[in-house]
Amino acid sequence: MERSARADDARLLHIYQGARSSMDKIFRVNMTDLSTKIEAVPADWAGLGGRGLTSTIVAAEVPPTCHPLSAQNILCFAPGLLTGTPAANSGRLSAGAKSPLTGGIKESNAGGTAAQMLAKLGVKAMIIEGAPKDGTWYNLSVGVNGVTINEEKELLGLGNFAVIDAVEARLGKKTGVLTIGPAGELKMTAANISVKDPDSKIRSHGRGGLGAVMGSKQIKFISIDGEGAPGVKIADPEKFKTAARAFSKALLEHPVSGEGLPTYGTNVLVNILNEAGGLPTKNFSMGQFEAHDKISGETMNEVIASRSGKVKHGCHAGCIIQCSQVYNDKDGKYITSGFEYETIWGLGADCCIDNLDDIARADNLMDDIGIDSIETAVMFGVAMEAGILNWGDSKEMLRMLREEIGKGTALGRILGGGAASVGRTYGVTRVPVVKNQGIPAYDPRSVKGIGITYATSTMGADHTSGYTIATNILNVGGYVDPLKKEGQVELSRNLQIATAAVDSTGMCIFVAFPALDIPECLPALIDMINARFGIALTGDDVTNLGKHILKLERKFNTEAGFTNVHDRLPDFFKNEPVAPHNAVWDFTDAEIDAFWDF
Amino acid sequence: MRVTVKLFATFRNGRFKVEERELPEGTQCRQVVADLSLTDDEIGIIMINGRHGMLDQELQPGDVLSLFPLVGGG
Repeated sequence: MERSARADDARLLHIYQGARSSMDKIFRVNMTDLSTKIEAVPADWAGLGGRGLTSTIVAAEVPPTCHPLSAQNILCFAPGLLTGTPAANSGRLSAGAKSPLTGGIKESNAGGTAAQMLAKLGVKAMIIEGAPKDGTWYNLSVGVNGVTINEEKELLGLGNFAVIDAVEARLGKKTGVLTIGPAGELKMTAANISVKDPDSKIRSHGRGGLGAVMGSKQIKFISIDGEGAPGVKIADPEKFKTAARAFSKALLEHPVSGEGLPTYGTNVLVNILNEAGGLPTKNFSMGQFEAHDKISGETMNEVIASRSGKVKHGCHAGCIIQCSQVYNDKDGKYITSGFEYETIWGLGADCCIDNLDDIARADNLMDDIGIDSIETAVMFGVAMEAGILNWGDSKEMLRMLREEIGKGTALGRILGGGAASVGRTYGVTRVPVVKNQGIPAYDPRSVKGIGITYATSTMGADHTSGYTIATNILNVGGYVDPLKKEGQVELSRNLQIATAAVDSTGMCIFVAFPALDIPECLPALIDMINARFGIALTGDDVTNLGKHILKLERKFNTEAGFTNVHDRLPDFFKNEPVAPHNAVWDFTDAEIDAFWDF
Repeated sequence: MRVTVKLFATFRNGRFKVEERELPEGTQCRQVVADLSLTDDEIGIIMINGRHGMLDQELQPGDVLSLFPLVGGG
C-alpha cells in the first residue's frame, strides 16, 4: 500500500516536471526585512495549482507547531491549474496558511478577479512570509515586474468596500484587490480576506481566519495591476478548444448547474433541507425551521425579481453557472450580492431570524467588516443560546456586527473569534464546531455522510471539502440514504479525494454536479489540463493527486498536534436526538477512523 | 385518503406551493406526478414524510409528498 502510494507520487512528479513552464514565477515577499523576490518555480511544484500548491507550500515552509499569527507562518495565494485560460468556471483563487481558527492547515478558495489576473501575470503563487517588527502597516502592489511593498496609513480601520473604492481611485478601475477589514486588522480568528469581484463588490476567502494572518503581517490590502500581463500560454490550443467546448456543454446540460443554480442560487437548499429534517435550527437543537418559506430560495427569487435586482450573477469572468445574484431593498437600492445558502441558513434558521432583508444587510456588513459569514452565523446561534442576544433579534444582531465586532470592542473580539470562542467564554455546551471551526448548514445526525466530512476534513468542519449532500439529499452521483450509516464513509472519502483535486484546478466546486452525472465532463476537464500543459494525466493520476493532497494536509495537522480524537463531532450530536427523524450521530470511533484507510 | 402535496422551485410555476388532495387508496407517487402534468424525467427528488421516496411507492393516508426538480447548491 505504502509502496504503491510512493510510486503514484513519483509518477505524478514525473508528469509535472514535463509541465514546467518557463513563464510562471513565484513572487515572494518578506515582511520582516521588507524585501521581495521573483523565483523560478521549483520542479516539483510545476504541475500543481490552487489548493494542491498552497498546501504543498504551507507544508514545506511553515513549522506545524508555530503560532499562526507569528512571523513563522506564511500566507500564500495560488490560482488554479486552469485559471487564466478560457475554460469555463476556472477563476478561483486558493489562499493557504496555518489557520489561527483551527490550528491546522488551511486552504480557502474564492472567486473574484484576482485569480485570473495573477495567472495571466504568470504568478504561479505569491508567498508572504515574516512580519514587520514595528507597528507600521503596508500595502502590496503586484504587477508584471513583481511586488512592491508600500507603507499604508490612509486606509487603516476602513471597511472593505471603502478600501476597494479608494484603491480604484488611486490605481484605476481595473485594479484587482485583496483586502482585509477591521476584523482582519484586529486579528479576529473569524476574519476573512475579501476579493474584489467584477462589479467591484466582494467575494471571500471565508473560512479559517486567513484575514487574521494577513493582519498579522500588517498588510491592509494587495493591489494587482494586470497591465502588460503575458497571458496564459496553452500548449495544444486545438485540443484545449475541443475539451473546453465539451466541458461547457456538460455544465449547461446538467439540471443543477444549467438551471437550478442560475435560477434560485444556492439558497434553493433551505426548503429541501427543511423537508429532509436536516436544516439545523435554533443552534442545532431542531432539524426544521417554522419560517423556512420566508427565507427560502423560491421566496428570494420572487423578491429579487420584484425589486429589479439580478437573479443571475457570476463571481468571476467566464462563470457560466451564475449562481450568484444582486439583492435590493424594497426601494430597489443595492443591499448585497453573493448571498449564499449558508449565510441565509445560519442567520435565518439557526438564529430563528425570518427577515430576509435583515439577513441581507448582515451579509453586506460581514463583507465590509471582513468576517466569515458561516463562522459568524454559527457564532450568533451560540451567542443566542448564551443569552447575549435574543433568538430572532435581527436588529440586535446587526448592531453587534456594526458596533461590537466592527469596532473591536471587548465583546466584539469574543464574537469575532467565532462559535467556539463564544461557547467557551459563556459556558455553552451545545457548540457546533469541529477542530474549532463552525459546522455549516446540514445537520450531521440527519445527513450522516456530511458528518463524516465534518469530522475528518483536514480543514475543520467544512461542507465543501466533501459535499455528500449531492448524493445524500440531491440524488446527484447516485443515492446514499442520509439517515443510515452504510456507505457514508466511502462516499465522503471519494468526494474529499475528488474535491482536493478539483480545488487544484481553479474550478468552482459546482462543476462537481455535472462531473458526478455526465460521463464526458471529467475527461473533458482532464483533457483541458493536459492541453494547457502538454502533459498526459489520466483519471487515476487525478485521483492520486487528490489522495496525495489529503495525506500531505493530514501530515501537517498531525505534526501540529492533531490526533484521531480531533476527528470527532461534538458530543451533543450523540446525546440529543434531532426532530423530526429523532436521529443521533451513531458512528463509532473506529468507523470514523476508517476514513483514512486509503 | 387525504395526502398533502408540496411543490418546490420551478414546479410551483403555474401550480401551487401546497395542496391537500383526496386520492384513492393505493395511489402511487407516479399518478400524482402525472396528474400535475409533470413527466417522470422532470422529477429530481421525491420525499414522503421527509424520507426519500420512489415513483412507484404507494402513498398512505396522511402522507406528505414533496416534489422537487433536480436542484442543488451548497
